[in-house]
Order: sequence, then structure tokens, then C-alpha cells
Amino acid sequence: MAIPILKLGDYLIASIQSAVTDADLTRLQDDLARQVGELRSRGVIVDVTAAEVMDSFTIRTLLDLAHIGKLRGAETVIVGLKPEVAFAMVQLGLRLDGVATGLDLEEGLAILRRVRSSTDGG
Amino acid sequence: MEDEHHLRIGSEHDILTARQRGRELAAAVGFSGSDLTIVATAISEIARNILEYAREGEIVFTLVRNGPSQGIVVVARDEGPGIPDVALAMQDGYSTRRSLGLGLPGARRLMDEFDIQSEVGRGTTVTMKKWVQSRSARVS
Repeated sequence: MAIPILKLGDYLIASIQSAVTDADLTRLQDDLARQVGELRSRGVIVDVTAAEVMDSFTIRTLLDLAHIGKLRGAETVIVGLKPEVAFAMVQLGLRLDGVATGLDLEEGLAILRRVRSSTDGG
Repeated sequence: MEDEHHLRIGSEHDILTARQRGRELAAAVGFSGSDLTIVATAISEIARNILEYAREGEIVFTLVRNGPSQGIVVVARDEGPGIPDVALAMQDGYSTRRSLGLGLPGARRLMDEFDIQSEVGRGTTVTMKKWVQSRSARVS
């Protein structure tokens, strides 16, 4: 099942549900890369609140997605990592280096606005 | 008392089923909180390993309830190509595929016990165990 992407002003928002397959994630990566260009989006928020497990493939896909977005001119923020998921990620040895993270959607939007005002202003 | 649950791994959906099933069984044997996520994550890694390298295989969950020791044993078995150099495959960052190369070594870090037997041309068997620990015992 395709992961829906919502448009909010200059930003795109995708929520990952608990049972996403590798194919769903790879498709999200492609869809976001395309839509960032088509809609001239400046930021992407990936909400993982519903994700019960984030394994190495999921993290790899999210990192790639963030870097692809960056190359297309959009900043990516990952929001909603559950504490137990964060704990498992650390034990697994997974890092989200170079990608902004926030507690929830609201914080994600605040981060994107902050990034934007600093780049627009200076 | 022990009980065994078999699950065939042959598609991406089976990875989801395996970690969901593993989580439920882990909860049934007494795991809670972040331990459930840890067990489910380790299962996800080894299930994916089967799918990527052998295309199909099987995961067997065994719940162990022997007096003071309660836990879950997860055996992932395939008849795939096998791993020529197990020591190398267990190093962080080693992967011939698209993962971060953390699959097997990552799963080992998540679980309490981890064993891998592999023979080229015959297949691979990963056995990993996690024991339910009291809160006080876990603080180390």
C-alpha cells in the first residue's frame, strides 16, 4: 500500500504506518523525490509515530530519502520516533547522522521554518 | 514447558508477520516495553537476511519457561548459498546488499545470545535468545 503524502504549503508530510513493506518505503522515496520537484517543496516531514520497529533497512531508506531531498533543495525532518524504537536503534548501532529529528509534527514544522528563515534571511 | 511456532519466510510481508508474531510471543512469555521492540527488531533483521540472501527459509520461535529462566529462542534457517566467511559477515558495515550492513551484527547486539552456523551451498542457521530480566538485573 502506497504511503500517502500530504502537501502543506511548501512542505510535504508522509506518515509511516506500523506495517509498511520494503517496497512501500522504496516507493515513498521515489514519490517524495518526484513531488519535491513537481511541487517545489522546501521541506519534508516523515512521521514515524506509528512505526513499532525501525530496522536497518528502514533507517537506510529514510537516510537516503533525506539526502535525496537535500539534493533536490528540500530539508527533511524525521519526527515521532518512539522511545523504545530509539533505544533499539542505539543498541542496533543505527544512527540518523545529518538528518534533523523532532518529537512530533509540530516540532518538525518549527524546525523546517527555522531552517528556511535562516537560509532565506542570510 | 516449551512451545514452538514455525513461520515460513518467502516475501516482504513475511518479515512483517515474523516481527509481529515474535512480538506477540515475547509478550506472552513476559517481555515488556522496549524489550519487545528489541526482539521484534532483531527478528526483522534476520528475516530480511533470509529473504535477501536465500530468498526463502523458516523462522522457529520457541518460548522457554523453565522456572526462573523465561525467554524466547528464535531460530532462522535457510538452505540458501551459505556464508563463505562468517567472521566477515558479522563485522559492522559488511553487506553485499542494500542494507547498512548491520543486519547480523546488529541482531547479535540486540539479543542476549547469538550463534550462527553456515555452510557454503548448504545454508545458514542463526540461533538467538533473549531472556526476560527483572528491572534491577538489567541495570549494569
